[in-house]
Amino acid sequence: MPLTLAEKLCAKAAGREAVAPGEIVTARVDLAMIHDSGGPRRVEPMLKELGVGIWDPSRVVLITDHYVPAVDAESAAILDLTRKFARRQGVEAFYDMQGICHVVLPERGHLAPGMFVAGGDSHSTTGGAFGAFMIGIGATEMAGVLATGEIWVRVPETMRVEWTGRLGHGLAAKDIMLFLCGRLGMDAANYRAVEFDGDAVRALPMSERMVLTNMAAELGAKVGLVPPDRTTIDYVTAAGARLGGRVGADWERWRSDDGATFAETHRFDAGALAPQVAAPHSPENAADVTAHGTVAIDQAYIGACTGAKLSDLHMAAAVLRGRKVAKGVRLLVAPASARTTQQAAADGTLAALTEAGAILLPSGCGACAGYGAGILAENEVCISATARNFKGRMGHGTSKVYLGSPYTVAASAVAGRIADPRALLAERSR
Amino acid sequence: MTASASLAAENTLAATATGHAWVFGDNVDTDVLAPGLYMKGPVSELAKHCLEALDPRFAREAQPGDIVVGGSNFGMGSSREQAAMALKALGIAAVVAKSFARIFYRNAMNLALPVLVCPEAGAIAAGDRLVLHAAEGRLDDLTQGRAFACEPIPPHLLAMIADGGLLPHLAKKLGARA
Repeated sequence: MPLTLAEKLCAKAAGREAVAPGEIVTARVDLAMIHDSGGPRRVEPMLKELGVGIWDPSRVVLITDHYVPAVDAESAAILDLTRKFARRQGVEAFYDMQGICHVVLPERGHLAPGMFVAGGDSHSTTGGAFGAFMIGIGATEMAGVLATGEIWVRVPETMRVEWTGRLGHGLAAKDIMLFLCGRLGMDAANYRAVEFDGDAVRALPMSERMVLTNMAAELGAKVGLVPPDRTTIDYVTAAGARLGGRVGADWERWRSDDGATFAETHRFDAGALAPQVAAPHSPENAADVTAHGTVAIDQAYIGACTGAKLSDLHMAAAVLRGRKVAKGVRLLVAPASARTTQQAAADGTLAALTEAGAILLPSGCGACAGYGAGILAENEVCISATARNFKGRMGHGTSKVYLGSPYTVAASAVAGRIADPRALLAERSR
Repeated sequence: MTASASLAAENTLAATATGHAWVFGDNVDTDVLAPGLYMKGPVSELAKHCLEALDPRFAREAQPGDIVVGGSNFGMGSSREQAAMALKALGIAAVVAKSFARIFYRNAMNLALPVLVCPEAGAIAAGDRLVLHAAEGRLDDLTQGRAFACEPIPPHLLAMIADGGLLPHLAKKLGARA
């Protein structure tokens, strides 16, 4: 029987030939990823209570990103506990202040097609860009995974989303996802897998595919998947993923079979897409950038797992080079990882950003979830390259967060109000 | 979870939950359930700010046994389990909603906070007196004199929740293996 990619991945993890949507199966976990917020401080007491250690420390990646760098006694204590946990439990893949988990994980070669991965964070769907079945779970669930190496999963139906054509200049994967949130709604893919395909998707580099699968979480998806191809394999091998053995080498089989059953299929033309901006307080309030009228901003934020990878900083720099951030506006940039910072320093991107007036912040989850530097005061307005703009998430309950691509955030920082990046980019090419 | 807490959870499920309805709309997110600003501290503190962005009275006035009623996609957003822990800390006996975001659903069940899909949740009014028969999947609205059907809890979760949540359930399983 023809299977979808999600069904194949579930079947493999369950040690079965085939599975059907709706079935509850027990999956063997190839890798578990935990971070400083939902990780050691929550799971260690539970493992203690169960009287067990980690089932296989070589299959665990631990990353500090939510509370870095420590800013008060509580965050310092959480990080201290996290570091001690890594030593006590023998977790060698411990990345301390190296960047945001969803970016560090593939960057350091931990993901490959065919894997089943449990991540202690809702944006764990990001890992599906690499052809891995990666789901987000909570802390107690993670304690169970760490104790047993297993998790139950309901085999998801698949929603297929095809993007044909080609994105216009000044548009990005972020615009695709905001558009989908607006068009389909925040629970369109609840309990489902979303499989992204089509010419426009295959033309995207891994960093942009990661935005698609990252924000599949905003559609409610269990997993977001992009079928692996040469682009995927080039990335994971360059990152040092060890293909072969349990994962990776057989990557060509990780695609939906011809004739597989999809719960829904959506087709869109990437060429017809305009830059998208989501109004407060939900990504589903997305509309063309021009539809929002004049909205003055106090802050522009380029950060988080969704919007501060090297390609995102390149987009911002393309707009900002030779321009200045508007008076009265602050542009904050928190590169997604230490490697991102190194690469952006080496290729001149950081200089372009800072010469325009951007303020650099440490790598980490930062202001996105109201944990780190850059949170908003009462009634302040921000445009952000992040994934979520829920009420009060980035600071005060009355603050207003608009979401856009790094191009749009940068253009808005220059204009002092929400602005269409295409005009600025067109001026440049004239 | 302590033995007494797991016993309490078992009782919640075996018997019935009775309380008043706190009604919220669609897409109640984890940032309003467990605001990031309070995530570093203890859950008892965090719970004081649970849902304050939507209804500042909720955390102050909710009584043990009360039931939270949501629309579609309740608990969307983050994987933070504190979203369910905060409700539990306030004594909320159960959440019924038209649908749940998947991580919140699993988190709540893992903590033995029963969450039930009730397609007609929209008909429940704030303050209605409710009796939830979680194991049977029935919600009696005493104020309206109506009974609402809830989707039954899947058997593997019913077994887990009857043990008091994932941890006691695992302890039992690991003990049996040893």
